[in-house]
Amino acid sequence: MILTTEQEMIRDSMRTFSQERLAPFSAEWDKTHAFPAQAINELGELGAMGMVIPEEWGGAGMDYMSLVLTLEEIAAGDGSTSTIVSVQNSLACGITLKYGSQSQKEEWLKPLARGEKLGCFCLTEPHTGSDASAITTRADRDGDHFILNGVKQFITSGKNADVAIVLAVTDRAAGKKGISCFLVPTSTPGYIVARLEDKMGQHATDTAQILFENCRIPASCLMGKEGEGYKIALSNLEAGRIGIAAQAVGMARSALDAAIKYAKDRVTFGAPIIEHQAVNFRLVDMATQLDAARLMVWRAASLKDAGKSCLTEASMAKLFASEVAEKVCTDAIQIHGGYGYVSDFPVERIYRDVRVCQIYEGASDIQRLVIGRAIAQ
Amino acid sequence: MAALVIAEHDNQSLKAATLNAVAAALQCSPEVDVLVAGNQSDVAAGTASQMTGVRKVIQIDAPSLADQLAEPLAAQILALASNYSHILAPATANGKNVLPRVAAKLDVAQLSDVTKVVGVDTFERPIYAGNAIATVQSSDSVKIITVRTTGFDPVAATGGSAAIEKPAADAAVSNSASSSFVGRELTQSDRPELTAAKTIVSGGRGLGSGEKYQELVVPLADKLGAALGASRAAVDAGYVPNDYQVGQTGKIVAPQLYVAVGISGAIQHLAGMKDSKVIVAINKDPEAPIFSVADYGLVADLFTAVPELTKALG
Amino acid sequence: MKILVAVKRVVDYNVKVRVKSDNSGVDIANVKMSMNPFDEIAVEEAVRLKEAGVATEVVVVSAGPTQCQETLRTALAIGADRAILVESAAELQPLAVAKILKSLCEKEQAQIVILGKQAIDDDSNQTGQMLAALLDIPQATFASKLVVADGKASVTREVDGGLETIAVSLPAVVTTDLRLNEPRYVTLPNIMKAKKKPLELIKPEDLGVDISPRLKTLKVEEPPKRSAGVMVADVAALVEKLKNEAKVI
Repeated sequence: MILTTEQEMIRDSMRTFSQERLAPFSAEWDKTHAFPAQAINELGELGAMGMVIPEEWGGAGMDYMSLVLTLEEIAAGDGSTSTIVSVQNSLACGITLKYGSQSQKEEWLKPLARGEKLGCFCLTEPHTGSDASAITTRADRDGDHFILNGVKQFITSGKNADVAIVLAVTDRAAGKKGISCFLVPTSTPGYIVARLEDKMGQHATDTAQILFENCRIPASCLMGKEGEGYKIALSNLEAGRIGIAAQAVGMARSALDAAIKYAKDRVTFGAPIIEHQAVNFRLVDMATQLDAARLMVWRAASLKDAGKSCLTEASMAKLFASEVAEKVCTDAIQIHGGYGYVSDFPVERIYRDVRVCQIYEGASDIQRLVIGRAIAQ
Repeated sequence: MAALVIAEHDNQSLKAATLNAVAAALQCSPEVDVLVAGNQSDVAAGTASQMTGVRKVIQIDAPSLADQLAEPLAAQILALASNYSHILAPATANGKNVLPRVAAKLDVAQLSDVTKVVGVDTFERPIYAGNAIATVQSSDSVKIITVRTTGFDPVAATGGSAAIEKPAADAAVSNSASSSFVGRELTQSDRPELTAAKTIVSGGRGLGSGEKYQELVVPLADKLGAALGASRAAVDAGYVPNDYQVGQTGKIVAPQLYVAVGISGAIQHLAGMKDSKVIVAINKDPEAPIFSVADYGLVADLFTAVPELTKALG
Repeated sequence: MKILVAVKRVVDYNVKVRVKSDNSGVDIANVKMSMNPFDEIAVEEAVRLKEAGVATEVVVVSAGPTQCQETLRTALAIGADRAILVESAAELQPLAVAKILKSLCEKEQAQIVILGKQAIDDDSNQTGQMLAALLDIPQATFASKLVVADGKASVTREVDGGLETIAVSLPAVVTTDLRLNEPRYVTLPNIMKAKKKPLELIKPEDLGVDISPRLKTLKVEEPPKRSAGVMVADVAALVEKLKNEAKVI
């Protein structure tokens, strides 16, 4: 798979940015749980917050291959930052582009794509994750308003976002067809950040529980048609999964690079450990599996760029890349020996950051369900 | 034919770099002349005439040559060039600035930063920031060379008694009015920044306290014009601020010279400095891991050795 | 006012180069290539002068193999307006490049030509000065500050021991030092826009320039390996070693 000159330029320039503006701060952000606001601003200025959004809507007008190249580089610098960027691109911008009305796009898509405003996506609830159609958050009509009540769980950027895309039930009886989608400014009274989760990794993202308490929004906040919500929620799955897969590859790559560097320096039994075959072969397997994962990401992105459907390929990429990434990270720790277990070296943090890739945006078993259906046809 | 060395000077004094350039010139030709081009440069020219191995000093004074501007200086060198097979200057800012201008006007190539003279037309020079050494041959009628001073031991500063000729400046020299000197600002010896410093002196837990760090490490760093660093242990113990820390979780440095004082050499510290060009370690424990990466190791009590070293640096 | 910037495609500064086993040169097959870092600073400075309204057009040029187009595209993405590649697979030494640039300068009539002070592959630090000599115009090398006003450039230069300021009349050649500016991160939209900016391909023969190399590289070797460390007996021995052997003091 050969990259074009532009794609190489994009990858190289994002790599430079990531290694200079993200990687040196990653350990500190992890320790202090600081939201990387400055970095997000800079990424916005670079056009990385609305990469595949057309230029007329404030985006960079790039293709999906460029998006995955960028996400891999950002993730190689800092995993948390890549999640914030991925959610912004695929969920916040992607959904608003497809389903927003002209005025919603004017008001929100442009600032989101330019990185001037941050978005979040509220679907998951405390009792509802994979079984998305079982959400219970309600949007009750009240004249020309809706009133939202309910709880959303594990919302990336729930605290820092300016606008939330919220899925809520407007017609209980209609099941999947009774869910609607709303664009809710987070400053609306009744949008309450109830708690921030203390996570195993990706400490720099704010992962919030959002409480909607009689949150009153104008009916113009409705995105798409009433009852279209479930369809909207699923519409950006391909892009979202491809994005997470790219993130996983990026994080794993930085762990692999750290392990190779350590293995060249560390001397045991008279030789750098990279010359001991057991260590060397472990690194080989890590590199090979990671390369395969990357190619699966590229294949799914290329299909999307060609306008072809790629749900199976995107699911395969996400499933494979996230599982390979965990293995690469745990092997990287092993290669570091005791030093892999302490925070002086980056690999324990990267491992903690990458572990969630098998869970969010469609847990691995959901990916297996999707692929299972496809292969049985 | 003879070789001409463009002296590095400020009219009031001759800079040491000139001595290394003369040494290089003597390997190109037994007859070496030195050009002192400046204004009111009697002192510099007089000093130049005392160098061992110099045939004659050509002193040319003119107002336009007072501040080593490239255009008039190149014009002056060009006026003399036909007498020489080799024209050399030390690879200082001045030498690097003016010599290529001379080469282009003569329509010949230049060899920059030469570190060794292999033959009258063959030279070694570093490329790729010194990661490779190239042996290069020139077929041009005159070789234009800037000399890396560390490649050549200087000639003796005294013992010579060359004649000083004082011809008038070439006509072209006063015509070059397209550039003018505005001012100069010599750097105050501010302490360099850790990641950019050429020399670093780092202190570790062996110092015992912040006071001892100030008492022992700082004067040594001052003498060397060095930045101040520390191991994580010293930072954690509060001897110095966090931003002094060199290591995996601190700053990664690669200076020309790294002096580790009272630092044992934990893996995390080594990760931060092992690419330094020259590493010196002073520690009382002969088994300290730092000695495995040091180029020069001194097993000694740092409380006596460090002040002794500071004093010996004069 | 037009500014011409010359850029060179070199081995990326992060790459640790290796000498070929037959000592014929450095192994650069499959090695990452990038714009010379000093040239990036040159392009950045030119673009800033355009953004400040001092310059009206920034033309970026390079001489070398066809892959140099990638380097030129990067310069266009930083903000240059158009690019020219003088395409040649031959070895181009500084004198030849200076002659090529002289020919382009005469055609383009740029008021300021900005180059990086040296390329990090051959480390010659000559091309800018040679170009100024061939054009018979003043030079301001190792610039750490550049102010353009009233047909003159006031340039602060990094020299041994400090800074020096000179004033040169335009047209002039300026070469950049590290502290002149910090190049911007290229934005993604600008990378996309660079695709559409003009990039002209010409050959050295079209310019009537003699590009034959003058210096012949006989061999390329590794620098002396770092020898094992030695223990010294006392401070005096240490100082002696540092002075005479390591030559670091």
